[in-house]
Order: sequence, then C-alpha cells, then structure tokens
Amino acid sequence: MKIYNGGKIVAGIVIFIIVVTFPFWYGKGKPSPPPQLSLDTPAIAQLQDKRCVEDVNFMRANHMKLLDAWRDESVREGKRLYTAKDGRTFEKSLSGACLKCHSNKEQFCDRCHNYLAAKPSCFSCHNIPGEVKK
Amino acid sequence: MKNIGISLIAVLILAALPTALSAVGLTGLITNILPYVAIAFFLIGFVFRILLWAKSPVPFRISTTCGQGKSLPWIKSNPVESPAGYWGVIARMAQEVFLFRSLFRNTDVAIVDGRPVYGSAKWLWFCGLLFHWSFAIIVLRHLRFFVEPIAPWIGALSALDGFFEIGIPTLYLSDAAILVGLTFLFLRRVVVPQMRYISLFTDYFSLLLIAGVVTTGLLMRHFFPADLNAVKALAMGWVTFSPVVPQEISAVFHIHLCFIFVLLAWFPASKLMHAGGIFLSPTRNLANDSRMQRHINPWNAPVKVHTYEEYEDEFRGKMKASGLPVEKE
Repeated sequence: MKIYNGGKIVAGIVIFIIVVTFPFWYGKGKPSPPPQLSLDTPAIAQLQDKRCVEDVNFMRANHMKLLDAWRDESVREGKRLYTAKDGRTFEKSLSGACLKCHSNKEQFCDRCHNYLAAKPSCFSCHNIPGEVKK
Repeated sequence: MKNIGISLIAVLILAALPTALSAVGLTGLITNILPYVAIAFFLIGFVFRILLWAKSPVPFRISTTCGQGKSLPWIKSNPVESPAGYWGVIARMAQEVFLFRSLFRNTDVAIVDGRPVYGSAKWLWFCGLLFHWSFAIIVLRHLRFFVEPIAPWIGALSALDGFFEIGIPTLYLSDAAILVGLTFLFLRRVVVPQMRYISLFTDYFSLLLIAGVVTTGLLMRHFFPADLNAVKALAMGWVTFSPVVPQEISAVFHIHLCFIFVLLAWFPASKLMHAGGIFLSPTRNLANDSRMQRHINPWNAPVKVHTYEEYEDEFRGKMKASGLPVEKE
C-alpha cells in the first residue's frame, strides 16, 4: 500500500518520537541516584539519640506540612511548643529547632529540593548565617 | 447509563489492581515492567495508526473554508481561513491545534416560539481548552521527575503554575483548571440527553481514567504525601534503563502509575488518537487551491481517448471526398 505525502508523514512521526522520548535522550542515559543527605554536623554528632522530631519516613514526606502548621500555630496562635508522637517536646522554630541540628542547609535541605525542583519559600525570610544568596 | 456504569467499574478495577498485585508480591510488575510495556504500546501503536491513516488517499481538496479564497488580486482574500498555500495551512492548523478554532464556531439551537433560534455556544470550547492546556502543562511539569539536572524551563513553568502560592505544597493552577475542565466534559455527557444518547463506553472511560490520574495525583500532592526522592529514583531508573528496586512508596502512587500506564497503552486504540489525527484532518490540512492546481485522482484508470485531430487524420480523405470541412489540409 502506498503512503501518501510520505515525506511529511515521516517528518511528523520523527518529531513525535523525538518529543515523546525527551526524558530518554535528555540525560544521555546517565544514572542519577537520589542525593545522599549529610547528617554530619556538630549538633547531630553530640546527640545521644539520633532522632528527628518525628520518624524519618514521616519527616521525609511531611516536613513541609509540619513546618507550615508550626508557622501558623506559633505566629498566629502563640503556641510555641510541639509535642511529638512519642511525647518529646520541641520549640516550633525553623532556625531554633530544625536548623540547630541541620546546620548544613546546602548538604541537607538543598540537595533534595534541587533534585526535585522544590522551591520552598522558607529561606526567603529565614537567613542562614554565612550563606551567600545566589 | 449502562455505559457510565461499565466505565466506572473498569476504572475501579484498575484502582484495585495495584493493591491486589502488592498482596501477592508483584509490585515490581507495575513499577518496573508495565512502564516499558505501556510506552512501547503507546509509541508503536501511535505510529501504526498514523501510517494506517496515511495510506488513505485524499485526492481532492475537501477543505472547509470560512473565508474568501484567493482569486483575483483586487478581491481581498483570507489566507488563514481559506489558505491557498503552505504557510496558510500551517497557520490554520496551528489555530486548530492550539486554540481549537473549529470548536470556537460551535453553535447551539433552541426552539423559541416555534422557531429555531441559533446562538453561540462557547462552553465546550472553553472547558475543552482548559482541560487540554492544563493536561499539557501537568505533563511538562512532571518532567522534573524524569530529567536530571532539571532543565530551567521546567522549574520556571512550575513556578508560574504555582504563582499564587496557595497552601503548602503550592496548589498548581493547572490542577484546579483540569478538574473544572474534566467535570464539565463529564457532566455534559451525563446531563444533556442528546449527549448521553450518543456517548459510548470509550467516551466515559477516557474521562474517568484521566480523572483517576488527576485525583490520585492531587491526593499525593496535598493529602497523602509520597516520598518524592523514591519517586524520582524510580522514574530515573526507567529512563536510564537501570531499574531500581521499587521502594515502598505508597498505595496511591501505585494506583496513579497503574492509571497512567493503562492510559498510555490504550491511547492508540482509543478516540484519544485525535491527538495525532487532528494533523491528518483533510478539511484542515489541505490548501484550498483547486482553482490553481489540477489534482488528479491517483486511482483513475487510464482512459483510451480518440481526439478530433486523430479522427481527422484517420478520415481526412473520406471527409474531403464528401465535401466536409477539415481543419488541416
């Protein structure tokens, strides 16, 4: 069977395949494993019990919601203490609690955020001492 | 109503499938095998359908025009609505693909005082446009899971889409818009009796399946957050052909994947192929140049003709003898 307007049809199909397979050729097939987060900070090294506010899986998926709730509760309602599921209490503070342990923003926060193109607005107000804003 | 019921059941079965598979320890089927099967079906099926259509001859110009065609120099023509050349056709096709120009001409008719009254009907055009553009933006935003390093335009698109920074994580405008579009497209088929009458399984199923994809996606973003690092590791494993052992991500994520892969694999076999078909619409992609060019039917049988010149050559002697005038002495 004859294919009519073969040139245009083939050109269209080639463009279609190139566009659809964009993720396959864009990275040239280089594997890129998820970033390894550094927990190597002086504050964490001194901890006896290396536990975050909640368990790791919860923090990984929900930290942004937790921080959002913390902000609203502490700023708008004045409730500045957070009781974790296991009963420990923390100050609801990004700079005073989170960043005290995770003082290495570039090796901790930024690695995942860059890997996933997440652009949290936290640090447009909260300054990291010594960080040079790009 | 039967068709709505069957498509709803089909989508619910697909939603239950990942749970059933993980119960028997076959999660890897969805995370590592199904993606390749789906993309292969999609690509091969898509190309196959296009080639199938390309085999149909369209010998004559059947473009439907909505403007003055090109004729005499002092008659003002409309090169886009009635294109006479290549660039006009491209402009018309671009209008059709990006703005749904034909649908913009949609009209509605109602009987008022026993007389039919025609009026403009733009809702289908508007919600169709909303749905398609949102879907395109959502697909492009998802590229952040498939490329590393992330191209700047993907981040810029996401930033623009989440411009109003409503909630955390930010609500994307395209997510809200696609829900509006889908709801309209679905309700239109259910509420309008004429539409319900002509709607088939495939009409409802494609809408419900995409609604399933959108719903699970929104659930993951706003209500049951998934571990995005694991998601991206998995997606990067697919595109670099270095499969990653699937981590326990979440049930919603597996349902999301299952819906998408079914959508991809089913795409070429369904009405969704209008994505490729629109480029092959003869009323859109043919120039209105029948008065400038002669288009010959490719399957015309060769006709044996006997012209007057040949006739005269054959009978010239006899014609002269009987006194008939001849053109050539």
